[in-house]
Order: sequence, then structure tokens, then C-alpha cells
Amino acid sequence: MSRGEQCSLPKDMPEGLDPEQRTEELMKAVNVGKSVVFSRLTGAKVITSNYAGTTVDFCQGHIRVGKGKFDIIDAPGTYSLQPTNKSEEVAVEMLKQADIVVIVLDSTNLERNLFLTHEILETGKPAIIALNMWDEAQHLGIDIDQDMLEGALGVPVVPTVALSGEGIKDLVDKFDDARTSELEPTIDEARWINVGTIIKNVQTVTHKHHTMRDRLEDVTIRPLTGIPIAIGIIFLAFWLVRFIGEGLITFVMDPLFELYRPAVMDLSNMLGGSGWLHDMLIGSLINGDVDFLESLGVLTTGLYVPFGMVLPYIVAFYLVLALMEDTGYLPRLSTLSDNIFHRLGMHGYGIVPLMLGMGCNVPGVLATRNLETQKQRFIAATLLAVSVPCMAQIAMIFGVLGSHGPFYIFLVFITLFFVYITIGLILNRIMKGESPEIFLEIPPYRRPVLRTTLKKTWMRVQGFLKEAVPWMIFGVFFINILYTLGFFDLLGQAFSPLMESWLGLPAVVAPVLIIGFLRKDLAVGMLLSLGTLMSPMQLVIAVTMLTMYFPCMATFIVLFKELGLKGLVQAIMVMFIMAATVGGLMRLILIGV
Amino acid sequence: MEKTLAIMKQGESGIITRMEGGEEFKRKLRTIGIREGKRVLLVTKQYFGGPVVLKVDGRDTSIGRGMARRIFVDV
Repeated sequence: MSRGEQCSLPKDMPEGLDPEQRTEELMKAVNVGKSVVFSRLTGAKVITSNYAGTTVDFCQGHIRVGKGKFDIIDAPGTYSLQPTNKSEEVAVEMLKQADIVVIVLDSTNLERNLFLTHEILETGKPAIIALNMWDEAQHLGIDIDQDMLEGALGVPVVPTVALSGEGIKDLVDKFDDARTSELEPTIDEARWINVGTIIKNVQTVTHKHHTMRDRLEDVTIRPLTGIPIAIGIIFLAFWLVRFIGEGLITFVMDPLFELYRPAVMDLSNMLGGSGWLHDMLIGSLINGDVDFLESLGVLTTGLYVPFGMVLPYIVAFYLVLALMEDTGYLPRLSTLSDNIFHRLGMHGYGIVPLMLGMGCNVPGVLATRNLETQKQRFIAATLLAVSVPCMAQIAMIFGVLGSHGPFYIFLVFITLFFVYITIGLILNRIMKGESPEIFLEIPPYRRPVLRTTLKKTWMRVQGFLKEAVPWMIFGVFFINILYTLGFFDLLGQAFSPLMESWLGLPAVVAPVLIIGFLRKDLAVGMLLSLGTLMSPMQLVIAVTMLTMYFPCMATFIVLFKELGLKGLVQAIMVMFIMAATVGGLMRLILIGV
Repeated sequence: MEKTLAIMKQGESGIITRMEGGEEFKRKLRTIGIREGKRVLLVTKQYFGGPVVLKVDGRDTSIGRGMARRIFVDV
């Protein structure tokens, strides 16, 4: 099975086949905290959010109940058994394989969920129902007659509060009571009538007063007040990322690397201060000492850039993003920005891959699965790979241009912004296929639970380490081999006319641009050491070009998986055409002829 | 008076009378509870033909303006 960042499996997978083993599936209507239930049931780590579509793939875990053992599969949410997007297809496919289905319902929104429940029960699979978010329903004045619901549906019903774990044990105890419902397969109209009747009988809603939360919800979604608030929140978010990221660097990572410095120096002395091995591991000493940015060795720059510079920002970014997700703000941002994204061939949901991609492009690309059509997914994934800098690229931009002042950094970002808009507009025009409109459920605001938010942040950081670090190590060796073979000198010579005439950059930059694909850290370090040869404007061009490449090998592979070979080739073409055009234009505008 | 969701004003509410369009479209709306006979409140409309936010059963949903034009409401 494929693993997305959305899904991390427990290490101990079920060993072999067990006669007692059965497959359980959690099926849910979108956004009802099914993944939270799953995580409670199995102890598995799953990413949950307060908006629909967090689970785009399925996750598996297992539990023991008495002498029986259950494999539990967490399927993506869906509204109906007739899927409208890729992740819903996964859900429907999973259902066919399940022996027992646990249907997780949102008690605060029972009616909406009952249609799917009806459909699932008609399939004749033994099922039990978890009435989740029970506490919140009570709070909202919604009372559900559990026994009557059980009678109407013909399967056991258990109230749960997955966030706190309440009712989960009862749910597990009832696994053996899972029954086949007597509901017969029927047509939509009949289902609606039945759902309506059930609701009328089992649910009583007591009128509630307009609360503070309602007012906050209105103010943040109405454009007049919502747009300024959104801009404020985005600025605040980036300020927070910077504040937390810098704090981690200054107070945690830099001191750690200072502790590490004597060890590298000892190694350097042991290796005699020069030679092939020394160059590879330590790099060159600057004024007789290791410089973590410019020495370029595997154990110096190779470690410092990913762990000392990028990781702190990844942590900070995912923490802030998790807060925006868990409060339920993100779907509101999608609604407010839908207009822009729709013109680029996507719709408001496009903001989710965009935001995730700014941390690491890999989960960003996976999140495009929630867009409905192939066209939308292609546009979202290509835009992400070409014009959305991941944290490593952002660190590179700041690292190379930081000393020249914020204006140059701004130039890079504004260029990337225009690239994003331009590619989107063009692809939307020339690509065949539909761009359906937004259709998005907006969850009520919730106070984030610190534990869940921190857990999610940690899991995403882990995902980054697992996805990116192996490729980084691979890149280090691969590049060193090519270096030894003199490959980059050849390449430099081959590309130097293009570099000089088209981009206005010195020929020595050519290898840097190619190395950047495999080792961002080396590219940063090399550009820094070339800094004296180049004007700030030339550095701006070089850095923008480096950012427009696919961020890394891992992104390259996930694009292949998601878009197929044809899609990947098309994305690469878009990338090359855009990089060449933008590079040439920047040269004309920033440097002159 | 019957009008579409798209021309309703912020804060206006009414009962959904009918929906026009393909079966798939209608089904998608109905499965999440937006269907004939339901009371709907127009929470807001985004600028420049952007999505419409509506409230049914106390839950907000954003739908495209094109979809909103095909949902008729008795206000």
C-alpha cells in the first residue's frame, strides 16, 4: 500500500494470517472525526483535522478483542457510495473488502450522515454505529434517542466522544454484536423518505441562542469583514512561523551544532586537513575552521542545512498550520479565496495543497487528491512543484539573499507569485476537462486540543524526515561520484553559453542549478561562496531558477505516482518552459540587456 | 416568491422548492442535506461571483455561484 503523510502505520503489523482475524472498516460521512475514532481504537498515529478530506488514503491498524483480532482500516470519508473524487473511490473500494463496518456518525449533523448509513446498511454488511461528537450534540441542544435509532436501523448504536476517548471501549465491546440490517436496497427517493422519518422520530432539537461562536463564524466568512481578517491571519501565521523557527534555530539548533563543532574539527585533523575523503566529509575549512554553511562537506553543510536551517521552520510551519486546521479556519479561507483559485482551474480547496506544500511539497501533492477532476489535480500538483517553494527552498532563498536585504527576497517571492498565477491561468485555458465549482462543508469552530495538534505536527515532521532524508543521503553520494568523474565541469561548459547569454549568469552557476535538484544544501553553500562573483540581482535570478525546479527527488517520485508518466512529463515541460521564460524575462527586467 | 439562492440577499431565508440540473448534482446536494423542503439561510455571498455560503440544519456549506443559480427557494 502507499503511504501518504496523512497516514502513518504502527510498526508491528499483524503477523501472518489468523483464523480469528477479521477486517473492520470505518466508514463515515465527511468530517466527523472518524480518524480520531480510528486512532483511539488502534493507538495508531493518524492525522486528523477539523475539515473534510484529511484522510486521502487508507490506514491500517489492529486491535485484539478477547481472543479475536481485528484488522482495522480507516477509509477516507465520503458522502455517498457513488464517489465524486479519488479519495472517495478509495473509501468505496475498501468497503467491499470489509467483514464488519463501523459507521462513524456526526451526532451534531445526523441527517446528513444517515443517507450514507442507509446505503451501507443496504449492502448487507454487518455493521455497528458510533454516534460520535456526542458531547457537542448535547451542548448544541440536540437530543438523539439512541434506542429508537438502533430499532430503526437494526444495528447496534454506541455514543462516543473520540477526542476524549469516551465510549470507545463500549464500541469495541460491541464489535461482536455487529449485525446485518434489514434495510433493503432501494432507490434514492425512498432513502430520503426513510431518513426523514427516522430523523423526525429520534431527534429533538432544542432551540439555542445565538452564541459568540456563531457571531465569530459569520464575521470570518462574510467577505467585507472576512477578507481583512484573512489577510491579518495569514500575516500573523507567517510571523509566528518566523518567530518560532528563528527561536528554535537560535536557542536549540545553533547551540547543538556548536557542541558538535569540536567533533568535526577533531575528525578534520585526523584526516589531515585535506584530501579526497576530507573534502567529501568535512569540505573546505574557512579561515582554519569549519563553516557550517560554506564548507560544503557531508558532515558539515550536509547536516547543517537540513537539520539546522530547514527543520526548525518545518516544525514551526506545521505547528501553525495544524492550528489553522484544528480550529476549522482553513475551509473558511478556502471559501474566501475560491474566486482566485477557480480562475486558475481549481477551486477554493486548492489552498490546502498550497499551504501543505509550503512545508514540504510531497504531502502537498498528495492533498490534491481531494480535487474532483484530473485537470484540477494536474494544475494543483504542477503549480505546487514549479512555483510553491517548500521550506527547504524558502530557507535557501533566505540563506542566499538574506545578507543583501529584504528587497531581493521580496523579488523572488513576487516572481513566484506571478508564475503561480500565470501558469494557472494558462493551464486552465488550454487544458481540456472540467473545473467543477467549490462544494465544501464548513465545520463549526472548535478549540484545538493541544495534544492532537502537537501530535499532528510531530507526525508531519517525521514524514518529512522519512521522505526527504533518505534522498538527501542518496544525493550526497551521487553528487560526489559525478564530481569525481568531472561531470559538472563538462556540464558547466555545455551550458555556459545559455547561462551567460540567456540568464546573464556566470558559467560556474550551471552546475549549481543541476546540483540543486539533488542537494539543496550544496546549492546554497555554493551560491554563497560564489556570492562575490555575482551581483545581488544575479543571485535573485539564480535562486528563482533553483526554486522553480522540482524541489527534490521525493517530489519528483510522488508526482509520478499521482499523475502517471504522461502527467509527469507534461509537468516537466511546463517547468522547463516556464523556467526558461521567467529566467530570460528576469534577466531583461532586473539586469537589462 | 420563488427565487434562486444566487439572488437572495445576505441574511435572507426561505424553503428550498426545487433544484435544477443533472441527477448527480442534485444527489450531491441532497446527500449532505441540502434538499427540497429544507429551510435555508443565506449566510453570505463572496465578491465577484464567488461562492455562496448557506446554512441548512445549522451547518454552513460553501457552494459555487453556478450551483446557487440552480437552487430555487421560496422566500
